[in-house]
Amino acid sequence: MDRTDEIRDYPELRAAACPFSPPPGYEELRERSAVTRVRMWDGSTPFLVTGYHEARAVLGDSRFSADGTHKGMPRFTKFEVPAEVFNLGRMDDPEHARIRRMLTAHFTIRRTEAMRPMIQGIVDGLLDRLIAEGPPADLVADFAFPLPSQVIAVMLGVSDADFAEFQRASQGVMDFTVSTEEMGAALGVMVDYVSRMCAAKRAAPGDDLLSRLIVDQELTGGLTQQQVVATALVLLLAGHETTANMIALSSVLLLRHPEQLARLRADPGLMPNAVDELLRYITIVQEGTGRVAAEDVEVGGVQIPAGEGLIINLPSANRDPHFADAHELDLGRPNAREHIGFGFGVHQCLGQTLARVELQIALETLLRRLPALRLEVPLDDLAFLYESMNFGVARVPVAW
Amino acid sequence: MKVSVDQEKCCAAGHCALAAPEVFDQREEDGAVVLLDPRPPLALRDGVAEASFLCPAAAIAVED
Ligand code: HEM
Ligand code: SF4
Repeated sequence: MDRTDEIRDYPELRAAACPFSPPPGYEELRERSAVTRVRMWDGSTPFLVTGYHEARAVLGDSRFSADGTHKGMPRFTKFEVPAEVFNLGRMDDPEHARIRRMLTAHFTIRRTEAMRPMIQGIVDGLLDRLIAEGPPADLVADFAFPLPSQVIAVMLGVSDADFAEFQRASQGVMDFTVSTEEMGAALGVMVDYVSRMCAAKRAAPGDDLLSRLIVDQELTGGLTQQQVVATALVLLLAGHETTANMIALSSVLLLRHPEQLARLRADPGLMPNAVDELLRYITIVQEGTGRVAAEDVEVGGVQIPAGEGLIINLPSANRDPHFADAHELDLGRPNAREHIGFGFGVHQCLGQTLARVELQIALETLLRRLPALRLEVPLDDLAFLYESMNFGVARVPVAW
Repeated sequence: MKVSVDQEKCCAAGHCALAAPEVFDQREEDGAVVLLDPRPPLALRDGVAEASFLCPAAAIAVED
């Protein structure tokens, strides 16, 4: 057993025997000391937060900064994010709030509900093709990945004529297996593409999100041209892989829990709650949630000195005993929505309502139109992405 | 029950409008919270308490 004063190495990975659960070591930590120091690859020793209440306390407190340029900020990868990927999630209020407020109108409950028919149309189009081509299929490449990119393309106002190029450019930046140089090049292609799109909107604005940003913000001096491009990139990147991975993993998990699946089929009204329970249970954002103490703050009985970094482990927090029988998948769980799979505090996911609706429609339609859906390979053979920032699965071969 | 909201703090996550639609709405232009009923009936207590717990920005205050 380790001594209590020993600093554990970060990160620990999910166990292959139990890919949907957080790393076992974090569960043990949560019970013993939900705020504790760990050692990262670069030798730094930030605090790791594994408890639900402690995670909410940190993420909900403006004394903890999200500023990505702060030198105390935990560095999850060696890859230096290029400056054009200015990230709303990595800046503090008031500038963060100013920019977030420019976007929130497009992500309200009402606006998102109004997008249901558009999203349903995209989901049906993808499934039409899948069904026409016949089994087997890869649920990741043929369904989960194209859906969110097509939805955000509609929101941003990508024309049908341009979609193939948009798809190609965004695929390039989504491939995290490539080298740093290749990633830089792919980003360059995407920035070029979005810049050209902005120029076209500037000349002839529509009523899409990008046109609104240009007319309401860029032309009034609220955002620079470069910031508009960066904002479009953030929306594209933040909502793509995350939503796609959730669709793929949720499908696998439901197929592995036939009794919960039967419950959902019998009662489609359960879907919104089911989606929140799936978000809690799987919690794909497993890395990358970092903060820095801007002043001395106490959390969970531990003193965090100013300037120290913190890593908030969302998967572990979502299995805290705050949720009764936290390790059970219960699609009817009364407090499922209290999960922090979308984070907490002022940075809580901007696209969460959209993500929920996409997941609800994707899963409902998949189960309805492919009632005999099954995995083509044993669970153990699935290539889960244990080491990536967002938990995922590379391919999900299915038949029906 | 007395409810108040802080539109400045609100980050427009929209939980409140889902948890207690009789009491909270979202403003059209930026999604910020709109308080529909500052003195909701007790029957809505659970929904209001849930909204205040879920609110990520601590923008909802409830007094008994
Ligand atoms: C299931 C899908 C998704 C998950 C699990 C997810 C998760 C998260 C999490 C955990 C954060 C907070 C990070 C932090 O506090 O450091 C976040 C922020 C964010 N997400 Fe999502 N997200 C999803 C889908 C989306 C979609 C569809 C969009 C937009 C189209 C989006 C846009 C954003 C943006 C812009 C932020 C930064 C917000 C801010 O800092 O104010 N996300 N997301
Ligand atoms: S839950 Fe809080 S942050 Fe979200 S809309 Fe309501 S008041 Fe605003």
